[in-house]
Amino acid sequence: MTPEEILQGLYDETLVGNGPRVLELTEEGLALQMEPQTLLFDALIPSLEEVGARFERGDFFVPEMLIAGRAMAGAMERLRPLLAETGVATVGKFLMGTVKGDVHDIGKNLVNIMLEGAGFEVIDLGVQVAPEKFVAAIEEHQPDIVGFSAFLTTTMPMFKANINALEKAGLRDSVVVMVGGAPVTQEYADAVGADGYAADASATVKKAKALLDERRAKVPA
Amino acid sequence: MSTLHTVLRSASKEVVIGHDQRFCLIGERINPTGRRIFQEQLRAGDLSAIERDVKAQVEGGADVLDVNMGVPLTDEPELLAQAIRMVQSLTDLPVCIDSSVVEALEAGLSAYEGRALVNSVTAEDERLAAVLPLVKKHDAAIIALPNDEDEIPMAADKRLDLTAKIIRVATEEYGIAKADIVIDPLAMPIGADTTTSLVTFETMRRIRDEHGVNMTCGASNTSFGMPDRHTLGAAWLPMAMTAGLTSAIMDARTPQIVDAVKAADVFLGHDEWGMAWIAAHRAKAAATT
Repeated sequence: MTPEEILQGLYDETLVGNGPRVLELTEEGLALQMEPQTLLFDALIPSLEEVGARFERGDFFVPEMLIAGRAMAGAMERLRPLLAETGVATVGKFLMGTVKGDVHDIGKNLVNIMLEGAGFEVIDLGVQVAPEKFVAAIEEHQPDIVGFSAFLTTTMPMFKANINALEKAGLRDSVVVMVGGAPVTQEYADAVGADGYAADASATVKKAKALLDERRAKVPA
Repeated sequence: MSTLHTVLRSASKEVVIGHDQRFCLIGERINPTGRRIFQEQLRAGDLSAIERDVKAQVEGGADVLDVNMGVPLTDEPELLAQAIRMVQSLTDLPVCIDSSVVEALEAGLSAYEGRALVNSVTAEDERLAAVLPLVKKHDAAIIALPNDEDEIPMAADKRLDLTAKIIRVATEEYGIAKADIVIDPLAMPIGADTTTSLVTFETMRRIRDEHGVNMTCGASNTSFGMPDRHTLGAAWLPMAMTAGLTSAIMDARTPQIVDAVKAADVFLGHDEWGMAWIAAHRAKAAATT
């Protein structure tokens, strides 16, 4: 196969969520001395972007998004150490967790998959994440964005508790705060002082990128 | 084991949920979650949309109406109490009082006239201790979810363990009758996990065979993220009914799903001689002539 065929194959097979084939093509590309970042930025990420676009148009459905994301995640496991060696920066680092008192994670996991698909490094703290645990993880991992997920109207107030904890720890300005979950609205996100809200996985990726662009425009690295 | 009957009442009407009864449709739409305009109206104290929602669910064939007023940044207890009074002025169907806020459940129960179904409690000790005394005090029935503070279990074994715990705590510590415990075996989206409904069906069969209690679940969940959700719902519910589901919180406005449930009632022997099915057919025929 030529490098062009590898890239086209990676794009096409990721789009249909063919995990084993995506991994094979990744290996073949590496064997051809293709750069890991070429595979990532010229095939995998564009493919997941197309998945997101189709999902937004209503042409793709949740399982298709899920298997495409998993196919890409398989390839990323292989590529991540190589990318780290070459010093290629990720799009951004995203720390994620379901808030304390809440054990729902289906939506959060979908968002993680789409974020990884878009080239974010995602650190998932799981469910029932207490404010102090978010604070400790932000200090340890120094993410660009932290995401709080809540599925219940009773656990949504934890957004505010988390943000207060970040403020108390002097971390509020060092990280972008995004919130989401079934009952969450833009109004609620604004009311608790979050920087961003998105209604679904695909919209989260767009919003996350936009928020980072905004922040990087303000604070030159 | 005699068949457990969960008896719900409004001021003037009684509905019975049971493994030998016709399936109980709990209409789900009186709920602002994901409905932005409805939320804004409620925040402004305008409850008029409820009238339309009640009408649609009743006409669609709901047996019970779920009422949820989970609007962030409002006085949910007061709003829920108001909504319940309003629903009871519009229909004689019993109500399922739906909130994750304990104070709202309490306000709803106080406002309600009859014997309500409370939605819901989990197997978490704190939640059981907060909700079950209310259920007992107001002589209501309770929907309980077999998840705890750690997780929503993905294995049937764990769901059965937590179901046993809920039943033990509710009956032994709070004196709630087993007939008044309705377990939600947890129906999750098929689009996110391709084996999830098999686990739910297994959970249902085992809960029915081991405990005999009634069950309900949020049936619309199962088709989340998939196309042609009504067809999926119309297939899923009869399968779940065969596994032991005795009621569901669902959108009664969808004739395709409601008809599938009514047809399953005929085949499961819950609609003797198909008389309800035949009567519905006649009513439909009369309406079109």
